[in-house]
Amino acid sequence: MMDVAHILGFGHGGWGAALLLASGVTLSLSVFGFLLGAAFGALAAAGRLSSRSIRSWLANAYGVVFRGIPDLLTIYLLYYGGSIALTQIGKFLGSTGFIGLPAFATGVLAIGIISGAYQAEVYRGAYQAVDRGQFDACMALGLSSLQSLRLVIVPQLMRHALPGLGNVWQLVLKDSALISVIGLVELMRQGQIGAGSTREPFVFYIAAGALYFVIAAVTGLFFRYSEARAWRGMVHA
Amino acid sequence: MIDFAFFLEIIPTLLSGLPMTVQLAAASISIGFVMALLLALAQQGNHRFVSWPIRTFVAVFRGTPLLVQIFLIYYGLGQFRPSLQDMGLWWLFREPYWCAIIALSLNTAAYGSEILRGAIKGVPHGLVEAATAFGMSRALTLRLVVLPLALRQAIPSYSNEIILMIKGTSLASIITLMEVTGIAQGLISQTYRAVEVFVAAGAIYLAINFTIISALNALEIWLTPYRARA
Amino acid sequence: MKIRHWAAITAAFSMLGFAGTTLAQEAPKAITIATEGAYAPWNFTTADGKLDGLEVELANDLCTRMKVQCTIIAQDWEGLIPSLKVGKFDVIMASMFITPKRLETIDFTQPYAVDPSGFAVAKDSELGKQGGSTEKFKVEDEATSAAAIEKLKHLLKGKVVGVQAATINLEFVKKYFADTVEIREYKTTEQHDLDLAAGRIDAIFTQQTALAATLAKPEFSSFTLAGPGFVGGLFGLGTGAGLRKEDTELKEMLNAAIDAAIADGTIKRISEKWVKTDVTPVK
Repeated sequence: MMDVAHILGFGHGGWGAALLLASGVTLSLSVFGFLLGAAFGALAAAGRLSSRSIRSWLANAYGVVFRGIPDLLTIYLLYYGGSIALTQIGKFLGSTGFIGLPAFATGVLAIGIISGAYQAEVYRGAYQAVDRGQFDACMALGLSSLQSLRLVIVPQLMRHALPGLGNVWQLVLKDSALISVIGLVELMRQGQIGAGSTREPFVFYIAAGALYFVIAAVTGLFFRYSEARAWRGMVHA
Repeated sequence: MIDFAFFLEIIPTLLSGLPMTVQLAAASISIGFVMALLLALAQQGNHRFVSWPIRTFVAVFRGTPLLVQIFLIYYGLGQFRPSLQDMGLWWLFREPYWCAIIALSLNTAAYGSEILRGAIKGVPHGLVEAATAFGMSRALTLRLVVLPLALRQAIPSYSNEIILMIKGTSLASIITLMEVTGIAQGLISQTYRAVEVFVAAGAIYLAINFTIISALNALEIWLTPYRARA
Repeated sequence: MKIRHWAAITAAFSMLGFAGTTLAQEAPKAITIATEGAYAPWNFTTADGKLDGLEVELANDLCTRMKVQCTIIAQDWEGLIPSLKVGKFDVIMASMFITPKRLETIDFTQPYAVDPSGFAVAKDSELGKQGGSTEKFKVEDEATSAAAIEKLKHLLKGKVVGVQAATINLEFVKKYFADTVEIREYKTTEQHDLDLAAGRIDAIFTQQTALAATLAKPEFSSFTLAGPGFVGGLFGLGTGAGLRKEDTELKEMLNAAIDAAIADGTIKRISEKWVKTDVTPVK
């Protein structure tokens, strides 16, 4: 067995730099995917809370489908289907060429769509947890609906949403490993490449696992800090 | 673009992977549940030497992707054949089927134990005190009072975990097992019609998950008759 | 919707980094070539993440000859043809055999290499004891190849054979050996190599040059090439560069470049460097 320190090191023939770089890709993939998911999730939550049955049905179907089919399938579907759809749009716009989604954009989109389905549930629950009196108070103050959302409802909603969002974030981080199947060199893929090239799969999968663990732990602290901040000045029930 | 004849043609092929998907899911969910229950109970005693290793196990399996766990257990442990043979465990780790079940079970045991631990904690303490006042032993209290309430409480969270596991079986194709996703990939390499194949495969998973969610909802309603009456 | 809006959307798309490759109605100036990056020594990834190997070197050589700017990228084997079709890149150079089945979907240049496929097994297995042979069988030559397959079948009875998924090697093993061996499908050949070394499977089946490279590694010292190599028939004409059917201009350019590379001995030189044998196709 080759020297582990050398394999994972930063010297010549060492994979340390490659693995750290790949961790960066994993982190940015997850962050962008999560943020896109927040947008999808907020829209879907608004849809589920809407009194119009079509919107609520659509939002519900979105949640059921993307929480119900394996994330691996969603990723593949977007990877192949996304390019076909874009090319069609491109043709419609008068472009004659093929338009392909790059792997990173596909990954962000896939994580956005999947995590949006989970985030929608979190936002819906949090919205319902906000005291009804707050809405009445907004009306009484004559705030527009946008103002009341921005100034009153969302800050309170985040208190209830943060623990759930923390869970979705952990899910996102682990889902990002699946993006390796479409060839994006993130942490998992780099681990596989290293394992194949050096025939030291144990070393590389352990190293990749440890890096995921560290990212999960450190970002978990951030969520806990945000939660504490969101509740500052409040007495926990 | 939608070609129904093609769907009808590929669905039977995809369904041939269903037994493998169902076996992997059923085995790992059952084994994982038993392990999760044991792990949750073992932490009730608050013995540091018991709960510390369990906490570490849970943190590791919850903190790393299932894909990494599957690779590590399959290709990673494959490097340690001589030691595993000495321990008499190689027959187990030799087969991708068992490796997949081991990885999936350990993963769901980690998540499941946290769900059950939370549910046990959620049982009102007064009930336990009442049981003690009746002169019930700890084991009896656990069996007749705490567990029934905790398990019922855990159904919604646990059904989420079951869905995640069914979705998780799709990763088994990566270690040569031909379940629904693996067969879907094979079909794509023959037909190059990725979208249709993945839509059909997705429909199969949706059907499985929909059935399970409905069954678990029914179970929950059946176990909480007082709520339905209200 | 007004034109202005379309323009804005298009601009937004390009800002988001959507990569576009163009249809080759005229001679292209820049192309993207995809390889697998996990099939040493034909194509593989080094520790610093660079692609290297026979096909990477050849691709660069062909691009210089065509005076075209080339980008070489790695793509999972199973995704190669679907991704080519949707335009993620323009050319596949990934040890892909030119077969009638693939020609239904995409087009190929003339072959740039011909490399037989064969088995590797443990030296002390029944098949391994027979040792390797340098014989080559043309699969379309029914009479001779049938006898060779029969002999192998007998020696491999009940064994587990690892083959890469979505390959002609897999189709070959399925067609001729499915009734006597258990077949396992792997995402990459590296993975079946790992499992052969771990003793989970008894044999692997792929191109003999790739097998030779694997067997040269110290951890494979107890394994050997076994039986004859197979070419032709199911395996098609050899290894070629895959491209979209409509890219006829690009095909002409690549064919001319391959002709030149065969004629001046470049392919012979590159292949002897990487796979220790001459894989130049015989015209």
